[in-house]
Amino acid sequence: MIDALFTYEFLQNAFLSGIIIGFIAPLLGLFIVVRRLALIADALSHVALAGIAGSLYLSQQVLFFSALNPVYFGIGTAVGGSLLIERLRTVYKHYEELAIPVILSAGIGIGAIFISLSQGFSADLMGYLFGSVSAVSRQDLFVVMVIALIVVAFIYFFYKELFILSFDAEYSKVSGVYSRFIQLSFMVITALVIGASMRIVGILLVSSLMTVPVAAAMQIAKSFKGAMLYSILIGEMAVVIGLVSAFYLDIAPGGTIVVTSIVLLLMILGWKKVRSARQVLLKEEEVV
Amino acid sequence: MKKAIIELTDVNFRYEQRIVLEHINFTVKDGEFWALIGPNGSGKSTLINIILGLLKPEQGSVKLFGEDLEHFHHRELIGYVSQKSNSFNSGFPATVLEVVRSGLTRKKGLFKRFTKKDREQAMKALEIVQMDDFAEQNIGELSGGQQQRVFIARALAGEPKLLVMDEPTVGIDQQNVASFYSMLNRLNGEHGIAILLVTHEIDLVTELATHVACLNRSMHFHGVQSDYQKIDHQSISKWYGHPVRRLHQDEGEVAE
Repeated sequence: MIDALFTYEFLQNAFLSGIIIGFIAPLLGLFIVVRRLALIADALSHVALAGIAGSLYLSQQVLFFSALNPVYFGIGTAVGGSLLIERLRTVYKHYEELAIPVILSAGIGIGAIFISLSQGFSADLMGYLFGSVSAVSRQDLFVVMVIALIVVAFIYFFYKELFILSFDAEYSKVSGVYSRFIQLSFMVITALVIGASMRIVGILLVSSLMTVPVAAAMQIAKSFKGAMLYSILIGEMAVVIGLVSAFYLDIAPGGTIVVTSIVLLLMILGWKKVRSARQVLLKEEEVV
Repeated sequence: MKKAIIELTDVNFRYEQRIVLEHINFTVKDGEFWALIGPNGSGKSTLINIILGLLKPEQGSVKLFGEDLEHFHHRELIGYVSQKSNSFNSGFPATVLEVVRSGLTRKKGLFKRFTKKDREQAMKALEIVQMDDFAEQNIGELSGGQQQRVFIARALAGEPKLLVMDEPTVGIDQQNVASFYSMLNRLNGEHGIAILLVTHEIDLVTELATHVACLNRSMHFHGVQSDYQKIDHQSISKWYGHPVRRLHQDEGEVAE
């Protein structure tokens, strides 16, 4: 494996991108989960599907698109979708969450149309749906790096504001912290992370990498900083173990990464259960 | 002469066709402790939301710290504590200190990161509410009364001149309510922070506050506590729209 990593450029691309998204997806995912927006990540990734399918179809029909990396198109539509969700949320003031299924269905619907219109990109499409070890290009890696820089800078500079917005939205308004700019940027950043991650974990599983490590971390973390740290650690473990096993077993990395993170979550839940049972036992002994 | 920090002049507000506030004149000065009382649906929360800048009055002028609401950009001068029940989800992974420090967000301004000094400031606020021993605990592990103290510390962290509280004792057991109110007394007396406390409990608070305002769509009474105590039951019942028994030191009963 180590030899192969030095020999094959595609493996380097896959692993480097994997390690980067293993960092940024759970990092942003923490804010998404505590704000109860997990479904938005799902909706946006399906919008990216529409973009990817559209781009793949057009690349068969129009020369210009055959030279264009479908990832750009996917990111573009995801960003568009994020802005649309924000817009729809204000239309349905009392049913804000309705914006999510509307956008999600639009994404799948348009995606389905393009997939059935075109012939012969099933292998490509599989890679986009469930991730791929071999399909990550240098250009893709470059895109992932740029997005990672944007995400990290955003969270670094707006940490205070994002924290208060997540913890207590009402208070953030009253104290004059809330701003449309941060809310909108947050949505766009989410779309960017989805765009960056889809090459490795696949469109259908992007949101899992943003939520499952966080779900596991929240079981053990007391502080917000701690939750952030654990989320990233678990995310990285899932990506590395997932990518290595995907390489050896020759299966889609999206599957192995997500299953690994679920296993980690179960292990943490099990450990917590054992620990609390032991504490009860210890207490009983003390009483006796 | 004490400075006026809230000044409402002839404020009207309506939700669609329903008139909620009518010709409200209301002034709070530096260092005063106001209890804003009134029955459910009397417009108390609306009035608070107007003062906090969340709602715009249909008519009338609102001045905060001498400035018109539209030109008022010093939100950090106002600390806000809401009803415990609707302010956050209890599974949130954050320590008490992280929550209190977040009260400094506005004061710090954009692009500035928290420093050691901010941590000390947050600890100081926790000491005031006597919760400094809990700084590293998860916020969800505390009792309702303790959480409410933490939220007061969050409001105090930015060293506000005015503390606005909307029914802060809802969901807190009676025993803790008494110590909660004595803490408010201390904040007002020792630290000189003006307090505007909204409540439907007219018993304990009106004894505690220096001033009382009775709201039911319009302002029925608005003055010092000793004057309020002189008002007879019938008048208060009339304002409330239903019979109200008022707590007197000698009776010890609770208002309905």
